[in-house]
Amino acid sequence: MLQSLRKTLAVAAIVSTSLFAGSMVAQAAGGEGEHKVEHQKWGFQGPFGTYDRPAMQRGYQVYKEVCSSCHALEHLSFRHLGERGGPFYDAEFPNPNDNPVIKAFAKDWEVPDIDQDSGDSIDRPGIPADQFPDVFPNAIAAAASNGGAVPPDLSIIIPARSGGADYIYALLADGYTEAPHDFVLGDGTSYNKYFPGNQIAMAEPLFDDLIEYADGTAATKDQMARDVVEFLAWSGDPKMEVRKKVGFATFLFLFIFALLLFMTYKEVWKDVDH
Amino acid sequence: MSGHSTYEPKYAAERWLDKRLPIVRMGVDFMGFPSPRNLNYWYAFGGILTMCLMIQIITGIILAMHYTPDVNIAFDSVQRIRRDVPFGWLLQPIHAVGASMFFLAVYIHMFRGMFYGSYKNPRELLWIIGCLIYLAMMATGFLGYTLPWGQMSFWGATVITGFFGAIPIVGESLQQWLLGGYSVGNPTLQRFFSLHYLLPFVIAALVGLHIWAVHHVGQNNPIGIEPKSKKDTLPFHPFYTMKDAFAIAVFLMIFALFVFYLPDALGHADNYQRANPMVTPPHIVPEWYFLPFYAILRAVPDKLLGIILMFGAIAVLFVLPWLDTAKVRSMRFRPITRWFFIIFLVMCFILGWCGANSPDDVAIPIGEHGMTFKWVSRIATLYYFAYFIPILPVMGWIEKTKPVPESITKAVLSGDA
Repeated sequence: MLQSLRKTLAVAAIVSTSLFAGSMVAQAAGGEGEHKVEHQKWGFQGPFGTYDRPAMQRGYQVYKEVCSSCHALEHLSFRHLGERGGPFYDAEFPNPNDNPVIKAFAKDWEVPDIDQDSGDSIDRPGIPADQFPDVFPNAIAAAASNGGAVPPDLSIIIPARSGGADYIYALLADGYTEAPHDFVLGDGTSYNKYFPGNQIAMAEPLFDDLIEYADGTAATKDQMARDVVEFLAWSGDPKMEVRKKVGFATFLFLFIFALLLFMTYKEVWKDVDH
Repeated sequence: MSGHSTYEPKYAAERWLDKRLPIVRMGVDFMGFPSPRNLNYWYAFGGILTMCLMIQIITGIILAMHYTPDVNIAFDSVQRIRRDVPFGWLLQPIHAVGASMFFLAVYIHMFRGMFYGSYKNPRELLWIIGCLIYLAMMATGFLGYTLPWGQMSFWGATVITGFFGAIPIVGESLQQWLLGGYSVGNPTLQRFFSLHYLLPFVIAALVGLHIWAVHHVGQNNPIGIEPKSKKDTLPFHPFYTMKDAFAIAVFLMIFALFVFYLPDALGHADNYQRANPMVTPPHIVPEWYFLPFYAILRAVPDKLLGIILMFGAIAVLFVLPWLDTAKVRSMRFRPITRWFFIIFLVMCFILGWCGANSPDDVAIPIGEHGMTFKWVSRIATLYYFAYFIPILPVMGWIEKTKPVPESITKAVLSGDA
């Protein structure tokens, strides 16, 4: 019985190792920048990882007060902020459309609409069901007001960059350095040691005490970079927490199920030499 | 389907039905299919693959209810599935990871067939139908990868459809006909979606033929000799249903590991960026399961020759039953050829490694300038083809094989099976 289990495990081990090797090769395909991005410890990594709610809330504030002047959140609606697992979820308001915090956030933004009486294009204060409005009317306008570069959407920026959270954090926290003396920078661009090609159109966005955190945390550059990455990690993968929870239950089930199947298999085969 | 039916209807109703539509008989005979008693776990991948196909079809049908094949909406509709559609966060990664799992299982299934000589007389057609399934899977996988309309989707589709443009004389018009325009655009996305929905059912039909064929000729087994007596076989149910079920549960754990904990590990970050015809990604790489063929394509400087080699690498599989001239099926009894097979396996991995990297980067730092991936992939490509011609036919003629056991039962009882 043990020998047979060993055989199965051997097959499973070969299968999974080759797959991991495959995924490593796939990962190796996309290297970013000249400098190696250092790996950071994030609470949302690992099999039981969760998002840090206060950090996400501060991160939203950083987005709102700093990033949102150029970067959109194309795949987020205000209500997402208050959904289960979101930064401002409140158990008292399972429907985020009722959540007063979310309502207040939405009201802070002007959302384009059509006037129901006249049919004119208007801007009105947002409601939780609205999507975050676009910052620029189109990509050409975005490029025109940003020296030719279109500020990327931030809602899935973390999964869309091969370094993920570590890369975005490094880029913001300590990527902006003095350019080497022989490096020629284009007009209106900055040097960033992690950015591919090192010439980035975004001016250094974060400085110590740039904003005043609502929860009183000291707004150092490092703290703000960390917080906004926490928020963006959530916005890139908002169902991560529930996925990992269901994953754990699935594993528990599969493990017991496999064990029972193995015992059944052994019982069925017990009188057969093979 | 093969051999004598053992089904005897017990009740009047069963007899009535059996006379008119012997569907119960078919099911009973199917489940009682005599299988060699020495099948190991590598033989569980047929069942695993059937499950993979079912998972892809079921999740795919539900995803299609929420997906929109339009260049302006496709990318957002996938994000909407992951964020707002109930259980979309579960279905979408199952479908995406499922494609990788499907290919993983099919590669193991194919290498198993090659190792134990499962393509040999009388299983040539069984093998060829399998090759057709693999071809249809590749088409389906490629079409499906286009649908999320990310950067890799768009540029992958551009590169692959570009192959057809390299065909002399008709290439350009053929390419335009496939794309529905001069470049990859909305007509391309819509037809790719339609075909991506169609092909799995073609695969299902081919799987039906594949299973029919295996039931007609019987399964091969690790020692590669035909069952000679009733003692050599066991009924498929319950013996192999239980063994396969256990193997499937273990496979599902690997599947679940990726779905729940590493959903993006097998994909590429660039595909989280909306397709942009104006911006070419620095490295266009296909999904991992196409990397070996991509390496073969890029191994030669001439585009057309590269394409011929790439398709040739698949085409050669179809004639494998006639390239291997050995009388003995299983590599277990072929002391030299088995090493050639193992090198072949390693070369396939090396080709995958080359496919993931830029051809001009240094792969092995030897010599003055080091050896580039281009040269590594040239050597591996050469070996890939050399394995089929001349290694297999020649080894079949000259190799002195080890003695093959008299029967499966004898081999089992002496511990050689």
